[in-house]
Amino acid sequence: MLAVLTDRADDVRSALSTVIDPELDEPITDLGFVRSVGIEDDSVVVHLRLPTSFCSPNFAYLMASDSKDALAALPWADRVVVELDDHHDSDIINRGLAADAGYKGTFLHEAENDLDELRLTFRRKAHTAAMERCLTRLLRSQPDRPIESLATVTLGDLADDDATASLQLRRDAIGLPRSSGALVMVDHTGAGHAPDDVPMALRRARSTRISIDGNAHFCRGLLATRYPGSEADQAPRPEGTESWGLTFIPLTELKKEYQS
Amino acid sequence: MYTKDGESYFIVDAHIALWDARPENQKNIHGKQFIDCFYDYHANLSPEAEKWSYEEYLYQGGERLMRDVFQDDIVDHAIFQPAHLGEFYDTGFGQTEEAWALTQANPEKLTYNHNFDPRNGEAGLEQLYIDAERFDLKGVKLYTAEWHGDSRGYKLSDPWAYRYFEACRELGITNIHVHKGPTIRPLDRDAFDVADIDHAATDFTDLNFVVEHVGLPRLEDFCWIATQEPNVHGGLAVAMPFIHTRPRYFAQIIGELLYWIGEDRIQFSSDYALWTPKWLVEAFVDFQIPEDMTEYAPITLEQKKKILGLNAAKMYDLDVPAELQLPAADETETGPREPAAADMASV
Repeated sequence: MLAVLTDRADDVRSALSTVIDPELDEPITDLGFVRSVGIEDDSVVVHLRLPTSFCSPNFAYLMASDSKDALAALPWADRVVVELDDHHDSDIINRGLAADAGYKGTFLHEAENDLDELRLTFRRKAHTAAMERCLTRLLRSQPDRPIESLATVTLGDLADDDATASLQLRRDAIGLPRSSGALVMVDHTGAGHAPDDVPMALRRARSTRISIDGNAHFCRGLLATRYPGSEADQAPRPEGTESWGLTFIPLTELKKEYQS
Repeated sequence: MYTKDGESYFIVDAHIALWDARPENQKNIHGKQFIDCFYDYHANLSPEAEKWSYEEYLYQGGERLMRDVFQDDIVDHAIFQPAHLGEFYDTGFGQTEEAWALTQANPEKLTYNHNFDPRNGEAGLEQLYIDAERFDLKGVKLYTAEWHGDSRGYKLSDPWAYRYFEACRELGITNIHVHKGPTIRPLDRDAFDVADIDHAATDFTDLNFVVEHVGLPRLEDFCWIATQEPNVHGGLAVAMPFIHTRPRYFAQIIGELLYWIGEDRIQFSSDYALWTPKWLVEAFVDFQIPEDMTEYAPITLEQKKKILGLNAAKMYDLDVPAELQLPAADETETGPREPAAADMASV
């Protein structure tokens, strides 16, 4: 029986790891947003927590309802309860989740259509940030490369590394192709840039990446302040950490890294 | 005035509050949740020596405010930017009467901005005329995520908001400080999106729109609209304390702002009582963009002086000693600034 429960705990963990915070572009399991998991026979009860009671209710609802959907898909889970703790809309959201009321049924007069566009907006931002990470890395590894030439860089020109893998996933999410000949520096429709427009487009993409990384670190810190000990439930964010500074390694260091 | 290494800085704290979040003023659980959220911001981003107890964080009162904000005579002038939050607190969050009395007692040191809510319709519009005269308003603070009956947010592009901006124009209320929050109606879209500010700024080019928290958590959206609208400014409330906890992120924020909107449209603020200005001013004067961040030009002395006070002083017609004044930068009104200074090729 214990072995079964351990398996089921793994199932739950792995189901919840598919739930992404759209704003921070990370799984809720890495962010420490899963407060507790209770499994009894075929029933699973999960409590979620967020960095503040005033985190956006639309994102809070998305993560909670995605969690419920992911858990309900487990073949053994007959009863799934997901509750969001300590949020200003906890009552509204938890009532909506319990009744499977959907977004509109949960927020009633405050909801107009659905949250698809919200989700899409942040998938596009996540793609922009991932693209900037790859291109900045490329520029650093090829110091003589003119910025304008980024307009013609294709997926096949990128190193086979974590940043490229991350970009591929974000491209998948907004329907951009994976083919090695596909342009890297594109907008969400797949359209590229004229060489002269590249410097500003890259700067703009950089501001998106800085914003997402900055928010992610602030939210992680706030969660740890709000729930002491919760930092132990957080996986380190690979990109843009203050100490590591992935995108700000001095060139000399980077060259050493690439040569080794 | 702050002086260091022979340089003097005229300091304006462009965003302070005199709030009352004590339990007896909390209307419901949300009053507690709101101040708890603020306290976590404070606890998370403050240096250990600047951290307050939760009890003292709930309410400061006028005397303590004057001591905290004007400690060591560093800050020359401070501007109240009160949030109403009438659905969370019995007498509101910002204490209008107490802040106004303090302003009248210290007119050289304080400016009182008030607030309005376009959802109050005609009645609110009438009240705005009364408030403008009573407080001699030059500015207002708007919180778009304010709860109001069954609505929990509005946009600056709403027709009623435009009616209020027309009144502001007529009344000489030229400085619109905007603070975005988590709720908006409908909830379908990103509540922190600043597109509505873009609309309002385009249609009211004679008003200044100061976006508080420089649009955080949407720095990128803010930079993009602000670079296109010469009357959009950035307030550094909440962004400032990152200078201590995450100096590299702070450098990125400042670097992005200087690139997209330039040195003449950024305003320092402590967001008192979230934080106190003294340590933030001291840290900012000592601050420099790290050398390895070659995509940003180093921040100059003049830029620091403008951000720390001269920009807000100009917007609010404050008297600045002649020897401390600086001319506006010879920069483009729209589009990225000093692109040549940013060393793109060596990122």
